[in-house]
Amino acid sequence: MARGLLAKKIGMTQLFVDDRAVGATVIQATPCTVVQVKTKEKDGYDALQLGYDEVKESKVSRPIAGHFKKAGVAPHRHLFEVRTERIGEHKVGDRIGVEFFAEGDKVDVSGTSRGLGFQGVMKRWDFSGGPKSHGSKFHRRGGSIGCHVQPGWVVKGRKMPGHTGSERVTVRGLKVLKVDAERNLLIVRGSTPGARGSLLELGKRHG
Amino acid sequence: MDDILRAVEQGHLKERDAFRPGDIIRVHERISEGAKERVQVFEGLVLKRSGGGTKEMITVRKISSGIGVEKTYPLHSPKIEKIELVKERGARQSRPYYLRDLRKIR
Repeated sequence: MARGLLAKKIGMTQLFVDDRAVGATVIQATPCTVVQVKTKEKDGYDALQLGYDEVKESKVSRPIAGHFKKAGVAPHRHLFEVRTERIGEHKVGDRIGVEFFAEGDKVDVSGTSRGLGFQGVMKRWDFSGGPKSHGSKFHRRGGSIGCHVQPGWVVKGRKMPGHTGSERVTVRGLKVLKVDAERNLLIVRGSTPGARGSLLELGKRHG
Repeated sequence: MDDILRAVEQGHLKERDAFRPGDIIRVHERISEGAKERVQVFEGLVLKRSGGGTKEMITVRKISSGIGVEKTYPLHSPKIEKIELVKERGARQSRPYYLRDLRKIR
């Protein structure tokens, strides 16, 4: 089967699993549609091209709309590819949804982390900062960024303040607590990147 | 989106009798000690209810051999077998903390 799906983060909650309260993330994975099956003979590699989130035709560009039309599939907001050898199991128009995952599976979840704007060195890089009191005037600063004549410049990669978050983050090995095929919901233990309503990529881990 | 979250939590909620801060209740909690399991009963005054959905917590206070003891439970925990309402007393506040300072609360 294919290895990945796109989905939407609904939010976090707390559920009781084996009498214990556990933080859990609810993910809505409305089924993705197979738009194109790529084969080694024709395209040089085996893959499935999938579409996520159906939209009306005016929401996609004309060349993309043509691509969907050729496949005989409704236009989708997102198109992505999944490399897999088992392309024989799928044909154009097939839908792949939450039933791809089973309870107890481990999943990798990728997404764009929440943007935090311009942040100092304490929040951005977990620097410890200085004392808050006892006459200290060194509170949340980063301290020295290098030496003097030798080497004479600031070393590349020096951790400094700047734009934080809004970057691609992958959380690996989250356990699937529940699969709700009726409502297209996937409940995983722990947190996933991104704000509520943001786009997530789900991948199944093997072994 | 919140509707979906609420629907998910719905399946994890337990049926609990209605009570409010200021009431006196009896909490039956399952406690496992090694392989054995027993039920501990904690009777006292409800000081607060906080949070909502599956996250709702209750704080119960009682005087145990002269010393005030407060316990906080997750209201919908499967470990809590039942909650009995002993006496409907109520309070004008939602957090009747002043009751801590009263010598006799029963």
